[in-house]
Amino acid sequence: MSNIIAEVDVLVIGGGTAGPMAAVKAKEKNPAAKVMLLEKAHVKRSGCISMGMDGLNNAVIPGHATPEQYVKEITIANDGIVNQKTVMAYAQESFNMINQLDRWGVKFEKDETGDYAVRKVHHMGTYVLPMPEGHHMKKVLYRQLKKARVEITNRYMATRLLLDEQGAVAGAMVLDTREGTFGVIRAKAVILSTGAAGRLGLPSSGYLFGTYENPTNAGDGYALAYHAGAELSGIECYQINPLIKDYNGPACAYVTGPFGGYTANSKGERFIECDYWSGQMMMEFYKELEGGNGPVFLKIDHLAEETISNIEHILHTNERPSRGRFHEGRHLNYRSSMVEMHISEIGLCSGHSASGVWVDEHAATTVPGLYAAGDLACVPHNYMLGAFVYGKFAGESAAEYAAGRTHAPVDEAQVANESARVLGPLNNPDGVTPTQVEYKLRRFVNDYLQPPKITRKMEIGLQRFAEIGADLPAMSATNPHELMRAMEVHFIRDCAEMAARASLYRTESRWGLYHYRVDHPEKNDADWFCHAQLKKNDAGEMSCFKRPIEPYIVALDEEEKDAYNRMRIVKQTAVA
Amino acid sequence: MPMTLNRVAVPVIVDEEKCIAEKGCTVCVDVCPLDLLAINLLNGKAYMKYDECWYCLPCEVDCPTQAIRVDIPYLLR
Repeated sequence: MSNIIAEVDVLVIGGGTAGPMAAVKAKEKNPAAKVMLLEKAHVKRSGCISMGMDGLNNAVIPGHATPEQYVKEITIANDGIVNQKTVMAYAQESFNMINQLDRWGVKFEKDETGDYAVRKVHHMGTYVLPMPEGHHMKKVLYRQLKKARVEITNRYMATRLLLDEQGAVAGAMVLDTREGTFGVIRAKAVILSTGAAGRLGLPSSGYLFGTYENPTNAGDGYALAYHAGAELSGIECYQINPLIKDYNGPACAYVTGPFGGYTANSKGERFIECDYWSGQMMMEFYKELEGGNGPVFLKIDHLAEETISNIEHILHTNERPSRGRFHEGRHLNYRSSMVEMHISEIGLCSGHSASGVWVDEHAATTVPGLYAAGDLACVPHNYMLGAFVYGKFAGESAAEYAAGRTHAPVDEAQVANESARVLGPLNNPDGVTPTQVEYKLRRFVNDYLQPPKITRKMEIGLQRFAEIGADLPAMSATNPHELMRAMEVHFIRDCAEMAARASLYRTESRWGLYHYRVDHPEKNDADWFCHAQLKKNDAGEMSCFKRPIEPYIVALDEEEKDAYNRMRIVKQTAVA
Repeated sequence: MPMTLNRVAVPVIVDEEKCIAEKGCTVCVDVCPLDLLAINLLNGKAYMKYDECWYCLPCEVDCPTQAIRVDIPYLLR
């Protein structure tokens, strides 16, 4: 018989950003509902905002921007491949969410009249709202979780979702990462909020955990959704970020831009018109990095002392505060030197690009009872505020769905299979260690999937990923911690295969560097102005197919359509 | 398959004079997103058990006695 750990109405998997919001909003929607928040780490300091965040990157605030403008900007930034309804739903809720967070005690930058002090970073509109004291974000969320009486279960990881006979979600199968025991949580509805697939490519430092994303985010939710039969979308639209070389964290142009900092080449010259992260911008970054004027730097050494001190305060207390000691170790001072940058390894993340689990404007996936929010849910360029907004949608939708249902019977066969898979490595004392398998797998991801993408290389990559798939059951774990890592390697391998197959499927180039296929270099709207979806088919194979783009609800002007393709500064001039 | 132990210098350094884990404190162990810290049962002090650090700093910032220093891992430094 299954080891049933809990029976809940709504199970939220992942307690970083979207997850806590989803749990609180599910409780608000139905205070009688039993809501559990499951977290692989500890909710107090989990996810990519464990040390807070320095600002909102996509605030749609009346007087500065309209939802229609924002939908346009993201449609163009994401090269037209957008379900505008989902972006509009975000944009319309954006301001309410900011006010909600403000009431909860999040400190946003305000001007002398008490209005939000919004800054311009995007190519067209104005959407960046700084939070110089944003390091307290997780505390604010934790307080709300306690107040709402959400049940928190830390140090558990979900390994597969449990399905009922109709293919609807019936709960999750989970591993206690401290005890190494396996169990089942029955749930009427499940929300996935496990963040990006941030441990996919290998950082050029070779350090497995030196990633841009919090490395706990191994792509768990992508694999959970895939194996539950959900549709994923835009996986070929990778996340690739411009980062501080070696440190592999943000430099961060969104913070420094409004103060006068900018991305520069080795001559200190500006070469892109806009530092907002898009595939088109990354393509220009890549060309400059590899060209005669490379490498690329963040330039702030021309700014006034008090401006630099201010930037230092923000960057060294928020999001990735160890930036300061990294620079110190390299004897780098913002006042006298530019910061060397590079291009990150690949990842999957809709918070920054568009690779994720397909959701509608209510955060529903294509699997009944399964919802998704945050970096893993496909709402392009959604960032932290989008995670909060879709967390809210997911919480409310899931509470509503669960209200009319009873628990489905537990399918013992599913549980027995999964238990054998998960606990297997404990019985292989002579197998390969998860660390070794992960290193090799992620090196192959770099070798075969990192853009520029080449067809034959990606095909070879698929062969290598299949061979590693065959190695997985032979992995060895000597304790619960290693067992957790072993299960993460399974997730990473699934994401690697998804990345290769989705990239091979779309036989054109789009999103600048994110999907630059050398042997299909042109954008082909006639055949590929559509979403490329990926799911497990009835035969259990990974399959890709097209999904038409819903008619736009906000039309684009002809001259705007091309705005993100004109990133490069045509006549290079030294701008001080 | 025969195994070996590779020595590595870890980035999280605990000042055992200041650490009060023997009094029941487990703050650093609790907050580490990657679950890398543990209490050494022989001396009752916290230590870094796995070299899988994101140099994110909750262990250092949340420690009630400022007993922890996080360095940038050597490979990145």
